[in-house]
Formats: sequence, structure tokens, C-alpha cells
Amino acid sequence: MDQVYERLSEIVGENYVSNTAEERFIYSRDQGVQEPHMPDYVVMPQSTLEVQSIIRLANTHKIPVVPMGGGLVLSGLTVPQKHGIVLDMKRMNKILEVSEGSHYAVVEGGASQGMLDAYLKKHHPGLKHSLPDAPPVATIAGNIAIHGSGHLSQSEGGFHSEMVTGLEVVLGSGEIVRLGSCSTVPGWFSRAPLPDLAGLFLGWNGTTGVITKVGIKLFPRPKFHDVLIYMTEDIDLAPDILSRIINTEAAEDINYALSPKPDYLNGFQMTVINLTANTQTELNLKKKILRDALLDYYETKESGFMPMPPAMKAGFVEAPQKTLSKFADVKRGGGFEYVGAIMPIEKIPDACREGVRITGKHGITYSLGARIIGRGHAAMFFFAYPFNRADHEDIEKVGKALEDTNEAALNLGGIPWKAEVAGQRMILDRMDSQTRSLMKKIKELLDPNGIMNPGNWEVS
Amino acid sequence: MTELAFDPKLCDACATIDCVMKCQYMEFDLETAVLEHKKLVAGEQSKILTDCVTCYACEEYCPYNNHPFYLIVDRQEELGIHPVPVPIEKSQVVMMGPKGKLKPKEVTPPVINMCFFTVMNASIRGTLFEGVSKFGGSDIFCNLMFLHFARNSTIRERLPLMIDNIMKNFLAPAGVEELICYHDECYGTYTSWAPAYGIEVPFKPVHLFDYIYHRMLELKPRIRPLGVKVAYQRPCSNRLCPQTDHFVDDIFSLIGVERPKREFEYENALCCGGVPEAQQRFELTDDLQRKNVEDMKATGATYCVFNCPFCFWTLAEPVVKAGMVPIMMSDLCLMALGE
Repeated sequence: MDQVYERLSEIVGENYVSNTAEERFIYSRDQGVQEPHMPDYVVMPQSTLEVQSIIRLANTHKIPVVPMGGGLVLSGLTVPQKHGIVLDMKRMNKILEVSEGSHYAVVEGGASQGMLDAYLKKHHPGLKHSLPDAPPVATIAGNIAIHGSGHLSQSEGGFHSEMVTGLEVVLGSGEIVRLGSCSTVPGWFSRAPLPDLAGLFLGWNGTTGVITKVGIKLFPRPKFHDVLIYMTEDIDLAPDILSRIINTEAAEDINYALSPKPDYLNGFQMTVINLTANTQTELNLKKKILRDALLDYYETKESGFMPMPPAMKAGFVEAPQKTLSKFADVKRGGGFEYVGAIMPIEKIPDACREGVRITGKHGITYSLGARIIGRGHAAMFFFAYPFNRADHEDIEKVGKALEDTNEAALNLGGIPWKAEVAGQRMILDRMDSQTRSLMKKIKELLDPNGIMNPGNWEVS
Repeated sequence: MTELAFDPKLCDACATIDCVMKCQYMEFDLETAVLEHKKLVAGEQSKILTDCVTCYACEEYCPYNNHPFYLIVDRQEELGIHPVPVPIEKSQVVMMGPKGKLKPKEVTPPVINMCFFTVMNASIRGTLFEGVSKFGGSDIFCNLMFLHFARNSTIRERLPLMIDNIMKNFLAPAGVEELICYHDECYGTYTSWAPAYGIEVPFKPVHLFDYIYHRMLELKPRIRPLGVKVAYQRPCSNRLCPQTDHFVDDIFSLIGVERPKREFEYENALCCGGVPEAQQRFELTDDLQRKNVEDMKATGATYCVFNCPFCFWTLAEPVVKAGMVPIMMSDLCLMALGE
């Protein structure tokens, strides 16, 4: 029998390791257009010590290891570019601690967004965490490893990686390390005041180590919520309208979107403003503040707030938002590609124009939009392209559109988020050479044998 | 394109200008009302055109049936006045437009036109609607809602096609001559707006409450009086067919419901607030809803009954928060039938 397989079976138990063709096939791809690459093994560890043993084994045999959470990243970041072991973290799904007093939770590296959300609703109904607009199976650790964002990113401090209060990580070299307050005292309440080493694993897309525990910030869950949608017909109004809404400090989440489908929204833009409050009076006041901020716009009747029946509102106040997930299958066939580009808010109109130009050039449909991050410090712009997985021509068109979009995002002064290998190269080509050099040194220090997710974020 | 049957001489001779003076949302002294109304008739800019909440009530107030509201809408459109923000207006025009997806369906009387409210299909149920055929959707939609959007032209353009669709796909093949209108808006279209614009209606429209009343008469032995106080939210489109308003009292009387006296009912009914909200008049919306619901509550009503689904969706939450139960008239009748 295969020696590595045998050893993996000893570590995790034979039910949790596989080298069969059908399972390797499933783990060889994601929902995007990137080329599949077959892993040699799929392993599901249950503990940090098991992860450590797997990493040590991989170092011994110089086998690549690709950590995987929900596997929903779309750009091949959990596809084993150079084969080896896919480390599926879903069995490490415990919610370890919730601090009501200090508003944080500690979860294992495979705990999903949906699990934490459900757990909080049941046991700590006054608290919530920021949910990405991904299916609930997306993991918290996976999301912070790619600098994800969510429905509290506008009001509560930015990207989810900025909401991390501590980490436990198995380095590529095999050591188990704790970062943040949990490295020094029992609580996972803060990364300050210590030298902040968490950044060595946030945004590194699993190329420096495996995140086995995460401390994540929680926020109050007000009882009242509502949504306002502001409709415009001129994309150049976006920066000012968004800025006015942001400056009210009354919006929990702000999303801007345009799409040619359904027909009745073609040519229009919607700014979806979610707001929450502890009382009806507070909610009413916030609505008034938000509306007043746009008074001189809507008085001209050239734009305005959409009246919404409750049934329509219900879909917009829920988190995660299902709108994009529904759009993802608009072409049927389950293919969906997505370039997120983190960029300055004032670039939104140009990004919209570029999205329309690129999709027109390649003959594909789109949904474009942006979520405001950190009270206006940036926008997470999304270029979303659905495709039919059974249609090879469709896949090819979307693949080319993806390349053009990455380049367009960079040219606009933005940076593609969770970029695929080609996009990573575009980013690295434009990156300051000393920054690249530092990245290389860090990578060599943390992962001396280069086993962690090789092929992704390789600095030559 | 057909033109509005409007006689300026009737307005010239009108001393009371009820259409303006009775308006619940604009306040003019008689002298100003006369002046503003003259501007309206002359096709000039007037405060009436910009301040109108499009509640349709002046159609009811005019003692000469001279269609003051339809004139307002025509003038708004001629002068490029948009009561609702332009993107919302344009989007609604596309959303509610005919899709050309209608398929003929065999129907047998009684036949109900559900208007655009196919989402309410499930409300056509029970003994009350036994044996009823129904159809609905964007290809038979009366489009009268565009009165709120200063788009009489959209109604004029689409209504003949809608009538043709109704006849060809449903009524003519079955030899059906009567069509029950689920929504007041349709009934108002066929009995008020279409005649005003000279559009022929080749079937006999029947008001939903007319149908319900007569059906409940048939089922009278089964009725168990409800013994509750119920407030009624009269919709804007009932202003186009005030002759049907008595059916509310008739039905209430049959099912043992008390209609307590309110300030805001009959001719003095208040708008649900949905359209003022679309017009971006948020303080007016809040004020209307507060006054309306407080008025209902003050009568001791335990239910608020609706005819129009849009009114229901708009007011249901404030009604519930005030401790009353929002309910459609058909469901109230089903309760009386023990269903």
C-alpha cells in the first residue's frame, strides 16, 4: 500500500483519508473557470495535532498541502496546482468559546459561517458576526485567509481579516503557533498590544500555514432592521451618493449594484442600504437621516428611494444576501466567476463602465457592484459573470473576461481580490520589488520546503 | 391615440371647484383654487400638478363627471412633471409591460381577472369562489397604476392590447360576457377610464365586492355572524367607481360585522401611503399612516379589511403594530363561513 496513504490513515483514521478517483475528482476543481488539478490525497483532520502530523509528513515527503475550507473561492486557490494533499478542514468545526463580555468567538479552522451564525442566534441572540454573501458553508478561517468581507464590513471596521482577535496556526514548517492575546494570556480578545504576526497568515491564501483556530470579533445584534434602496440612472452619481450615505453613520451595510437582468433594472443602479436599531424610534430616525442626506437628489426626481412591499424587503434584510447566489446560476449549469477588486470608492463609475465594456466585448452577462468597506475606506467591487459549465465556449469567454477584468481593475487603481494564478502574477508584476522580496523571505521562513499551496502566490 | 372626454365649459361654469377644494392633500382658498384650476385647464404649470398625491379622489368629487384627475395626469405628462422619480417610473414601465407569454385557457363562468396580482391567486379559495375560473399577469394587466406616474399614454397604448388579449384568450372562445375584477383598479379602468378615453370594453365588468355580496347571499344559511368591529381601508381606485362602495356595508351587514364610524372613510378616506412614499414624500406618508391607523384604532376595530393588495402590503405592518388584524375582504367572508 502507498506509504503516505497508510501514514495519513494512521493520523486521521481510514474513514477520513481518500485517494480514490471520484473523490480526487471532486477536490480537483471549484465552481470557477480555472483548470482542474487532481490531488493525490484528500484528508480530513479533526484536531490541530492531526494537522501538525500531516504537515510534518508532507515535509518529510515534500508533498504539497492545500488547506481548504468551504472550497467556494472560485479562483482555484484550493485547487491543488501541484497535486499533493488537499486538507479539508470541515471536521474541525467546533465553536470553542463565545465571550459575551468581550464580544468575540473562538472557532476551529473548519467552522462555517452558517454554524457560527446559527450558534449565536441560539445561544447568544444579542450577538452576531459579519457574514460574507457566500453560501453558509464558507468557513470563517478560509474567509479571513483571503481577506473576505461581509455585511458588517461597512459599519464595523472593515475586512474580516481586520476582525480577527487571535489565531492558532500550524506553520508550513510544522510548528503550532498562537498569535494575539491568546499567545500570552488565556483570553482571545485582541491582537494588540503585541507585535502583530497575524498578518503573516491573513491574505496569504493558505501559502504560509494552516489556520486551526480563529478568534473573531462579534457585534451587537439589534432587534430592528430595515432596508432602503436608492435608484439612480447615472453611474457618475455613485461616489457622491455613497459618500453622503456613509457620512450619516446610520447605515450598517451599503451595497451598490447594477445588472442587465431582470429587464426592468437594466440601465439603473441600486444602492441598497441596510440599517439596524435597538428601538423603532431609533430605526425611524436613522431612516430619516439617510433620506435627508439625499434630499436634494430625490427632490429633482432624477433618482429616488424605491417603495418596497414587505415581501421584497425581506429578501434584502437577510444576511447572507442570496441575491448574488441566485444570479450565480442565471445561465444554468452552475458556473460562476467573480472578480472582486478592492479599490477606492471614487473609481466605482469607471469600474462599472469597464465591466460593461468587457462583458460586451466577450458577449457575456454580468452583475456589477460594490460593498462599502470600513465606513468608506474602500470598496469591494465585484464583477460577477455566470456561465454554463456544460458550454465550453461560455467557459472560454468568461475565462478571457476574467483576465481582462483583472487587468482593468489594476489599471483603475484597484487590486483583484482572491485572484487566480494569472491574476496573482499580474499583481506581483506591479508590486514593489522590495515588498516581493520580503514576501519571499517570509514564505521561506514559514514554509522552508515550499509545501504550502504551491503554485499560488509564488514569488520568484 | 384616443383623447380624454373633458369639457372645459363645465369647469368654467363650476362655482365650487370641488375637485380642488375637497382635496385632502392641498389647501387653497376658493380664489386660488379657481386660479390654479384655470391654469390646469389651460395646460399651464400649476401647483395642482406638482402637489397632487394622485389619490384619484377628485374623480369622485367632481359633480359633473368631467374627469379632473385624468386631466391632471394628462397635463403632468404634457409638461414633463414626474410625480415619482424617473428611474422608478421607467423601471415600472418595463416591469409591468406585456411579455407576450399569454396562453389561451378554457374558462367557465364566473371568471375573475386577477389583474397583476397573480401572487394573490391563493386567496381565490373556499366555497366563496367555488367553480371560479381565473387568469392574470402582465399580458392582461389594465396598467391603470400609471396614473400615479403621469403616464396616461402608457395606459392608452397598452389597454386595447390587454382587452384584446382578454377577449381572444379567455372570454370570447367561452362565450363569457361578464368579467369579475379582482382589483378595483381594473373595474375602474373598464367603467371609468376606458369610457373617458373612448376605448370600447366588450365585456361587462363586475366588481369583486358585487360578486362576493351576491355569493354570500347564496350562502346565507351558512353564515355565522362574526360580531366584530371592522375598519375599512378604501383604496384610491374605488374613487373611480364610488357606486360600488355600498357593497362594503352590504357585505358587513350580511356577515354580522359592525363598521364603526370613522373620520377617514367614504369620501373622506385616506390614502394608504404607498404612492406618497413612491413620490418621496416621506413625512406625508408617515403622517397619513399614523392618522389613518389611529383613526381605525380609536373606533375599537379589531380588524382592518382591505380590497386592494397594495394597500394591504403598505398598511399591514402599522395595522398590526396598532394591535389590529389586517385582512382581505374575501378572507373575512371565509371566516364568516367558518372556513
